[in-house]
Amino acid sequence: MLKTLMLMLALLAGPALAVQPDEVLPDPALEARARDIGRVLRCPVCQGENIDESNATISRDLRLVVRERLVAGDENWQVIDYVTSRYGEYVLFEPEAKGVNLILYLTGPTALLLALGGMAVYFRRRNAAPVAGGPKLSDDEARQIAEILKE
Amino acid sequence: MLNELGHFALVLALGVALIQALIPLIGAQKGWVGWMAIAEPAASAQFLLIAFSFGALTWAFITSDFSLQLVFANSHTDKPMLYKISGVWGNHEGSMLLWVLILAGFGATAAWFGAALPARLRARVLSVQGLIGAAFLGFIVFTSNPFTRLVVAPFNGHDLNPLLQDPGLAFHPPFLYLGYVGLSMAFSFAVAALIEGRVDAAWARWVRPWTLAAWVFLTIGIALGSWWAYYELGWGGFWFWDPVENASFMPWLLAAALLHSAVVVEKRESMKSWTVLLAILAFGFSLIGTFIVRSGVITSVHSFAADPQRGIFILGILALFVGGALTLYAARASSMQGRGVFALSSRESALVLNNILLAVAALVVFVGTVWPLLAEMFWGRKLSVGAPFFDKAFTPFMLVLAIALPIGAIMPWKRASLSRAMRSLWPAAVLALAVVALAWAIGVNRSTTALVAAGLGSWLVFGALSELWLRAARTPARLARLPRADWGKAFAHGGLGITFIGIGLLTAWQSEDIRVAQVGVPFTISGYEITLDNVERVQGPNYASNTATMSVRRDGELVTILHPEKRFYPVQGMPTTEAAIDNGIWRDIYLVVGDPQDNGGWAVRTYIKPFANWIWAGALLMAFGGLLSLSDRRYRVAAGARKVAPLQATPAE
Repeated sequence: MLKTLMLMLALLAGPALAVQPDEVLPDPALEARARDIGRVLRCPVCQGENIDESNATISRDLRLVVRERLVAGDENWQVIDYVTSRYGEYVLFEPEAKGVNLILYLTGPTALLLALGGMAVYFRRRNAAPVAGGPKLSDDEARQIAEILKE
Repeated sequence: MLNELGHFALVLALGVALIQALIPLIGAQKGWVGWMAIAEPAASAQFLLIAFSFGALTWAFITSDFSLQLVFANSHTDKPMLYKISGVWGNHEGSMLLWVLILAGFGATAAWFGAALPARLRARVLSVQGLIGAAFLGFIVFTSNPFTRLVVAPFNGHDLNPLLQDPGLAFHPPFLYLGYVGLSMAFSFAVAALIEGRVDAAWARWVRPWTLAAWVFLTIGIALGSWWAYYELGWGGFWFWDPVENASFMPWLLAAALLHSAVVVEKRESMKSWTVLLAILAFGFSLIGTFIVRSGVITSVHSFAADPQRGIFILGILALFVGGALTLYAARASSMQGRGVFALSSRESALVLNNILLAVAALVVFVGTVWPLLAEMFWGRKLSVGAPFFDKAFTPFMLVLAIALPIGAIMPWKRASLSRAMRSLWPAAVLALAVVALAWAIGVNRSTTALVAAGLGSWLVFGALSELWLRAARTPARLARLPRADWGKAFAHGGLGITFIGIGLLTAWQSEDIRVAQVGVPFTISGYEITLDNVERVQGPNYASNTATMSVRRDGELVTILHPEKRFYPVQGMPTTEAAIDNGIWRDIYLVVGDPQDNGGWAVRTYIKPFANWIWAGALLMAFGGLLSLSDRRYRVAAGARKVAPLQATPAE
């Protein structure tokens, strides 16, 4: 078990020089697009690194594929489609916002609307009965006040 | 022998924790003073026993006692002393021991300094704290014994993962644990209050300093981790939205929300049941974080050895405490009606908005973190959620928070006027716009990220300054006499602004150069001329290194000489990259040397990272603000006050 841990750490923590000098495209605009794509693609064998950060061989292959497609004239989405069609949605760091993934995307906005709605209801209810604010006196307290007033 | 004593002390501590959990609870229920009084010595004894056990383990690491399996697996005689000691918590078993040590430490301080608490409340708080301690001590004793011996003691150990042999990482876990575990105090107070069925200003006054302390520790711990990632991993990333980072970030967000809602309970006796719920959730998320790190259900770069048995045990602890507390909450929450009423535009409402934004942001992080797990469990889909999602889904909440914060912070309680608040802030708004214009004019580029971050960040900073100025009634002499809590608030809010600026400008303006550099041939990036002067082979205590010497010039003047390294740790068979950084207020120069190339030269990466240090400077300012607030006279007075706080006039706004 410890050996596997060591192995895992060794694999993931390799030298951090991820994108190698020989991979960089001569056209800076194209290279910038390659970086944008590299950020959203996950290294299939690592523990949660994108292909630009990762040092695994497969990530290098993927980086080269991305650049090949870009040089061939693909749009960014076409490159991403190309990679995901071969490696599955697992390599996509930002799941597609459709189908069941909508739960992921809509939880935050829904919770926010509910909370703000709750706040609105609270104020509306309060405004409807402005006088009833404040805590009710218990019988005991009412009696005490009555006594104080008598004095 | 010492190892066996350490193990024995741990088992004894478990027994004491069980006594601390049960006897005072029964005593408080029945009103038996003697039973309640057990809590205090039990808390002290539990702490001392665990401290002894921790000391024994530390001694085993210091003396490199390889008859202990844990020392064998994580240490080496050649390792520097600092990392022999930090190696104690650089592994699952030892870090759990540190966890319970801190837990018992918090319990003991509540026992020692809590004399002013009502006896029943104190007994119940300590009892809940004891129960948490017992659960985790049981976890260690039954699934993760750090004192397991090897039959034959080897001559030397496996060494600690080289990435962990670093001062930043030596202190990152203890601070995080202080934060996680500090939230257990808020939890214990919340559960005790639920048992009593009563939450009042005095209760909030007790909960706030604990939460504040936990939040300060979490802030420092997270900042240390992020700073470490920045200089150690070799490409200058500072936040990856990794599940384990998220696990520390969610409690931080909830603790920040709890801090603010406890203010409302203390000053206005409103939002009581929500505050109790937040206290439960904040610690609940600490436990979820522990579960994520140690069970291996979610893959992360940080995970300790994945062991399903341990995962199930922690899941049981999680279910017991969060489930139990929430059940109690459902039964009792209705008895905690708030009293103070407030108008739509008032500081209370602003704090409600703060809580909504922070809590929903924490929810977004949570859903994103567990979504891969849920999708695989229920829909059989293997998918990933990473930085691109979180950047998009999380950032909007922070933007709204930053816009609203300075306005909400200066609003008076109960009933405020939005337009009046805006009027007092117009100089801050003008200054913030001036900063945007400056960023537009002289920035590296005009990306929206940079402009928004510069504007909102400076809006927060100038807003915090305006607030100080208003509080001092626009008189400089009064500034010094403002309560420390006011200064603390300004530092914390201003620090958030500084962090905003750092993150935004670094992301938008950094530049990068990757190339094969030949020795002696200079190259230029963003106006800096960089030369690889030479690369030497250097032998470290437990590693070998290729150390480069690189000079950085600007307009012919020497700026600095840096020594990036590529190290190899033979015992672990692992290379690491040691970036060399020239730190500056406005920019960092970040150099990394890689492998020698076949046809001569070295792979070299150069980054110019503008405003990088602002990220952590802001975090430190936030933590400093928390500490200032913590040292405010109010808390020192409260610590000596009896039960109900004396009648206090609302401070003039």
